[in-house]
Amino acid sequence: MQGFLKDSIEFLPILLQGLRLTLIVTAGSLVLSTALGLLWALMRVSGVPVLAGIAKTFVNTIRGIPIIVQLFYIYFVLPDLGISLTAVQAAIIGLGIAYSAYQSENFRAGIEAIDRGQVEAAQTIGMGWGLTMRRVILPQAFKIVLPPYGNIMIMMLKDSSQASTITVAELALQGKLIASSTFQNTTVFTLVALLYLCMSIPLILLVGHLERRFGRR
Amino acid sequence: MPMIELDNVHKSFGANRVIRGITTHVSKGEVVCIIGPSGSGKSTILRCINGLEGYDSGSIRFEGIPVNRTAKSITAVRTQVSMVFQRFNLFPHRTALENVIEGPVFVKREPRADAQAHGRLLLERVGLADKVGAHPHELSGGQQQRVAIARALAMRPKAILFDEPTSALDPELVGDVLAVMRSLADEGMTMVVVTHEIGFAREVADRVLFLDGGVIAEEGPAAELLTNPRNPRTRDFLRRVLKPL
Repeated sequence: MQGFLKDSIEFLPILLQGLRLTLIVTAGSLVLSTALGLLWALMRVSGVPVLAGIAKTFVNTIRGIPIIVQLFYIYFVLPDLGISLTAVQAAIIGLGIAYSAYQSENFRAGIEAIDRGQVEAAQTIGMGWGLTMRRVILPQAFKIVLPPYGNIMIMMLKDSSQASTITVAELALQGKLIASSTFQNTTVFTLVALLYLCMSIPLILLVGHLERRFGRR
Repeated sequence: MPMIELDNVHKSFGANRVIRGITTHVSKGEVVCIIGPSGSGKSTILRCINGLEGYDSGSIRFEGIPVNRTAKSITAVRTQVSMVFQRFNLFPHRTALENVIEGPVFVKREPRADAQAHGRLLLERVGLADKVGAHPHELSGGQQQRVAIARALAMRPKAILFDEPTSALDPELVGDVLAVMRSLADEGMTMVVVTHEIGFAREVADRVLFLDGGVIAEEGPAAELLTNPRNPRTRDFLRRVLKPL
């Protein structure tokens, strides 16, 4: 136990550097996936067949390709096309796009759960599509969408470790590097797991709180 | 010129021909009640007037503007023709006053303070001065419907369409809503009311349309049509509505 504490004090600063990158990748891809997901969802419910078709095709394509392959594509293939990105940028974009598909399905479910009468009420006071969305539908859909959104956040936090496959030295990769150079596998991976838990447990509690608060209708 | 003109309007849902040639008009200040059995097309024709539903052929005009739900002009029609729904359709995330001022502030771009002052006045007028800050789920059905009427009035409409406004209410709450509607009629508001409240139609309506199978089976002054119907189908319908047992 004493050895564990001693090693921990030695390894923690390096792991915390990894944790910093984990947070950056998670936050960046969360913002990107939310914005893109909302865009796909709005295109899906726009009532314009071309837009809906584009969004549907995009979402299904993204859903059908493993995240890791998408990351490889952005990091290794795009430079061939003249677009080079840093590993962190590629990770944020890759995870952001990959997760936008799940975000969009969640948002769309929330939007479609709103009673049709709400749209009609908005129309009869002269609201157009944009105003109806902004003032009537989205504020109500927000409450429905929030608990699943929290779950997506937790999944993204964990899936940010996939950025390690394109050389982002985030928490999991830092751990692996320390472990392979010190052979302190138990200590290192226990620390890594604990650090992930420290981040995800508050999120899990938050989701529980949101479900209690908004779950009842 | 009549305010609302319908000329040979047809409408189908798939193979189901709901409206089969309706021609009528509503003049300024007139109260027209539409009665008829379920499935006769009465709600559909009402929803066509402000473009909530499209129609297949014929024409509907409001003050000469063709009602076309895909044209830009539909906003002009909708801001002048308000609607009250059977199931209220209040915005659940907003208070009574916020529901009322939503259209004036965000569609008509009235200054918020003016809209609020007008909104309070309207809520007072429908007997809900003390419910200004209440959310819809804190209100009874009758109170919600009166907020919905205030919301319709807040647009300063030239006409209001009522789609079975009391059908979703507990019987003891119907009276308050009908009283508000009656006072609107007394003030000269142009109203088209789809209703099963025959007593209300007899007292308040200038004219009654009896719809059956997507056509106007009988049309006439309220007192005459409701007390002395000529069409046997009207007679049969009224007998069943007034003496259900």
